[in-house]
Amino acid sequence: MKSRLVQVWRSFWVATWLGWQIESNWTDPVLFAIYSVIKPIASAAILVVMYGVITGGRFSEPIFPYIYLGNAFYIYVGSVMVGISWAVIDDREHYRTLKYIYVAPVFMPFYWLGRGVARFLTGSFAVFITLASGMLFLHLPINLAHANWPLFLLSLILGIMVLAFMGLILANVSLLVAHHFFLIGEAVAGALFLFSGAVFPLEVLPDWLRPLGFIMPITYWLELLRRSLLPSGVKAFPTFASLSNGELLGIMLGLSVFFGVAAFASFKLCDFLTRERGLIDRTTNY
Amino acid sequence: MKAKATGWKLFLKTVIARAYPRIVAQQRERSWIFFDVFLSLLAVSAYVFIYRAIRAPEEYIGFVVLGGAMTAFWLNVLWSMSTQFYWEKETGNLPLYIISPAPKMAILLGMALGGIVGTSLRAATIIFVGSILFRVHFSVANVPLLVLVFALTLVALYGLGMMNASLFLLWGREAWHLASLAQEPIYLLSGFYFPIKSLGFWVAAVASLIPLTLGLDAMRQLLFPSGATLGFLDVRIESAILGVMSVLFLLAARLLLDYMEKIAIREGKLLEIQQ
Repeated sequence: MKSRLVQVWRSFWVATWLGWQIESNWTDPVLFAIYSVIKPIASAAILVVMYGVITGGRFSEPIFPYIYLGNAFYIYVGSVMVGISWAVIDDREHYRTLKYIYVAPVFMPFYWLGRGVARFLTGSFAVFITLASGMLFLHLPINLAHANWPLFLLSLILGIMVLAFMGLILANVSLLVAHHFFLIGEAVAGALFLFSGAVFPLEVLPDWLRPLGFIMPITYWLELLRRSLLPSGVKAFPTFASLSNGELLGIMLGLSVFFGVAAFASFKLCDFLTRERGLIDRTTNY
Repeated sequence: MKAKATGWKLFLKTVIARAYPRIVAQQRERSWIFFDVFLSLLAVSAYVFIYRAIRAPEEYIGFVVLGGAMTAFWLNVLWSMSTQFYWEKETGNLPLYIISPAPKMAILLGMALGGIVGTSLRAATIIFVGSILFRVHFSVANVPLLVLVFALTLVALYGLGMMNASLFLLWGREAWHLASLAQEPIYLLSGFYFPIKSLGFWVAAVASLIPLTLGLDAMRQLLFPSGATLGFLDVRIESAILGVMSVLFLLAARLLLDYMEKIAIREGKLLEIQQ
């Protein structure tokens, strides 16, 4: 049992170190830091300009912090979920090292989760810069003294766990598909962005699309983060008005357990099929 | 014995040979067509619903659909023109290009023409589906001018891609990251989802170095009734600038390619396979 735990920890830690090297050592630290924030800041700026053009710069209306916060925390979806699933393609097709990792004493699910840590760290930096910019330049109504920090931290941890498990499920699926399906992570992230109410209240979606938002964990996660950081007057949207914080947390906890079980069960299945079909060292040269 | 092609015949054959896989092979990989269109439509839909959430005038929905379609061209220029020599280097094909008698400019031109045809199909699909989904109404005021602006935008844009291909020839692993970096910031600077005029004159003027900025602005002016009031410059001025850019970028691509090839050979960067 103890040796298994050591193997799990070592797999996770080594993958974290490796992921950080791959992500960051192509340039010097300053350039890397700039690179890490330019994309998310640009994405946020697109929304700010769109909003500013239409409303004439009325950033104090409740919809603006709704959009801005949702977009800022959505950075984690691209970083954590897509980052973990991309590691399979990167190792198998780009560096062609997946077969060597497979024969090493590595517990693969934790290896992939570890590969996502570097993206989580750079993503956290980008989220922080995006939020700080919003507070400084756009007067985002976040009062650090009055924020509900316990709710924020609990929600953040649960959300990151769900995202990591979703990334693991995508990584497992990526084991079975060829390189040219590398967009699978982007497609899922795009769909979540659209249907989870990340940047607009779900009421804006047509009636027949709205139920999709209610089955996505990101929807509840972003609602909890907004409730924990924004003053009560600002979060004036009816989507989850009938649900308390405790009920939302309960839903998130349930979803974490569900996605955790699904992630490890899907690994068992996909790992078996990958070995059966001889796909571990497949390269497609795209 | 059949005479080997030389001069302009060789140039033409090379263009066709390099354009062929772009036009035919890309269409064979149906998952790519699906993802290219599907992902763009997801992004377009998200921006449309943001505009609906803040009660924007309906024409802005059309701006988003048009901008979303034009992202297909920018992504093609970025990932299949600018970074192409980096990919070729990774797969070991680049030295084969260099030692073959095929003119390098013809290879780039073939990639560009193939990319334009393949991407036009995707962009047209995005506009068609987006227009139906979100009930976008286009009102074309001047068809010949619209065709001219679109053609000049593509020539200048792919000329820029050919120029960048030479620069990427020298880069290693950072090429991937730099290409990735040129997505969202360019969507912002070029006004893919809002009129570029909103960024102010000087920012818009600097952003106009990217041909899509002026191209999109001119097309919006020609496709939507209120486009002219939201336009940055007069369409004829924008067309003239795009024409100048087309010539300049193609000439610069030619000069840069020769220069960078010499540097890459001297510094031994043609076989730099990153694994």
